[in-house]
Amino acid sequence: MAGTSLRTYLITRLALVVPMVFILLTLVFLLLRVAPGNPIQAALGGHVPAAYVHQIEHRLGFDKPLITQYGEYLWNILRGNFGTTITDNRPLSQIIEQNGAATLELTFFAMLIAIVVGVLIGLVAGRYRDTPLDIFGRLFGIFIYATPVFFLGLMAQLVFGVWLGWLPTSDQASPITQALLQTHTNIFFVDAIWDGNWGALWDITKHLILPATTLGLVTAGVFIRLVRVNVIRTMRDDYIEAARARGIAEHRVVFAHAFKNALVPVITIVGLNLAILLGGAVLTETTFNWPGIGHELVVYLENRDYTAVQGIIIVFALVVVAVSVLVDFLNAYVDPRIRY
Amino acid sequence: MSDAILQVKNLRVYYGTPGRPVRAVDGVSLDIGESEVVGLVGESGCGKSTLGRGILGLLPDGARADGEVLYDGQNLVAMSQKSVRRMRGPELGLIFQEPMTRLNPLLRIEGHFRETLEQHEPNLTDAEVRRRSLETLGRMGIPPTRFRQYPHEFSGGMRQRIMIALALVLRPKLLVADEPTTSLDVIVEGQILALLADLKNNFGTALLLITHNLGIVAESCDRMAVMYAGRIAEEGPVREIFAEPAHPYTRELLRSTISLDTTELHSIPGAPPNLIDPPPGCRFHPRCPNAMTVCAQLEPIEQRFEDGRRVLCWLHGPNDRIPAGGGAPLERELLGVADEA
Repeated sequence: MAGTSLRTYLITRLALVVPMVFILLTLVFLLLRVAPGNPIQAALGGHVPAAYVHQIEHRLGFDKPLITQYGEYLWNILRGNFGTTITDNRPLSQIIEQNGAATLELTFFAMLIAIVVGVLIGLVAGRYRDTPLDIFGRLFGIFIYATPVFFLGLMAQLVFGVWLGWLPTSDQASPITQALLQTHTNIFFVDAIWDGNWGALWDITKHLILPATTLGLVTAGVFIRLVRVNVIRTMRDDYIEAARARGIAEHRVVFAHAFKNALVPVITIVGLNLAILLGGAVLTETTFNWPGIGHELVVYLENRDYTAVQGIIIVFALVVVAVSVLVDFLNAYVDPRIRY
Repeated sequence: MSDAILQVKNLRVYYGTPGRPVRAVDGVSLDIGESEVVGLVGESGCGKSTLGRGILGLLPDGARADGEVLYDGQNLVAMSQKSVRRMRGPELGLIFQEPMTRLNPLLRIEGHFRETLEQHEPNLTDAEVRRRSLETLGRMGIPPTRFRQYPHEFSGGMRQRIMIALALVLRPKLLVADEPTTSLDVIVEGQILALLADLKNNFGTALLLITHNLGIVAESCDRMAVMYAGRIAEEGPVREIFAEPAHPYTRELLRSTISLDTTELHSIPGAPPNLIDPPPGCRFHPRCPNAMTVCAQLEPIEQRFEDGRRVLCWLHGPNDRIPAGGGAPLERELLGVADEA
């Protein structure tokens, strides 16, 4: 019975994705058409003959009625064709594949660090409230959260890259590795494993450590505080006392009841942060010269390349939709009350 | 009381507050016999719940207890946390006032029973766990089809039935029920009380029933204890106490209940005292219509009656301990001042 209702919930939730994506796509389209200034002129840099601008506008279809443009836009996206950038004629699919893969790699490891560090410290701090462990955990959380990510990144570069010389301070891999690595998935880490190229894997890992740790720790700062507060609140819940009244062992009360229940709201926040990171951690990517999608977005924005910006924003929007569906699935799976 | 399964002797429970501690339970003694139903009544804030929890060693952080809670020859107050924890469930059970939040919302009813049985009887097979759980639930009127459901799929009354079944599945000798029906509607209240009243017949379990409701006590209890400001004012067989309450507080409490014969509402003026700084002498004297001069000066001495009652009130002596002139009615003025305080 519970299984059926879970399935019903999932189907309903998935069906809702269609109108959601449609509204998102329409909004992106309208916003970029409404934005002031002529993007073509801006992209080409001001002093261009009007005839040439019209020629390009015609080539790109910007002289057609808005409704026709909208139809073509939707049709292209439906076919998976996100267009080509105006400034450097790069297909957007290539940006998504290459820069998106770099972002995915960074996000995965940063999130891993954030969850392990954030949830562990949060659980311990909440369980041992007002002890030195808690005070240390809280201070660490506040410190790490309040520090700007680029400052933390620069300090890490200074200490581990410059002073100690242990780790590289920028790029996704050294040039020689980039040149020799075979492309399978565009995710360097996976490609190196795919070929069993352990030398390259070691090089890639070394490049990953600083940016992933920096980004991961900053994200962990959010999790520490959230998890701690949830654990403290859950430990006061009535069913905790009721479990103790049945003589359930304290370790089971803490792990099976308090921690599990305290982590339910954390799923949502982890998902939210995951979506933000997948959208490109611009500051971290810039600090470490990481060729991620956020880094790329900033470059195209500066050049007023509206086709590129439009394509990247659509990808972000789709990522947010996908992650929120995933979060809802997980929440419904863990918490039976949500299925209704 | 040689057949008592639980003896509370001079139990004190302190809540630590900055400054002086709150003496929520202040020297309480109470025996509960096998399969006996004892009612514990009194106004809110008299220490009833603290006493009930203190018996199971379930006190909040910062609370301290001394005195004795004797069960099976062992003093629970002096035992280690872990040993007391092992007794909660198979020996002593507790059910709560508010059933809506007492079940873990993420855990199926099955999970609650499995966890409880496996904790205390680790050698049970899966089939045995299931059989025992379903049997106990069945006696509480919960059908087997609902075993795999989650707490939110049940009403308040049903959740309280589940909580009772969850306590009874381990066959405890004593169940403490802390206002188990206060948050339920009247019909459900009646059903739950009928279940509790049948405990001794069905399970041989003794019951300490903490309640505001004197009607419930009259109907279902063998003995009752009236608590006021952390102490037991009067204790004894229900029939005798209802027929002729010995303590003025008991009498006023009984007069405050509403029945068909009620022509006007009666209430006891004032509120139970602050337990950080209780009034000197008898703690009820500022609100007592029968207060004498001695009541404000000396703490009353427990008196035992032939019908098995004990009372903590100077009206019943011992007269040789009352100082000269102590029997005179307490000045009205004094009453007013104490009342304001």
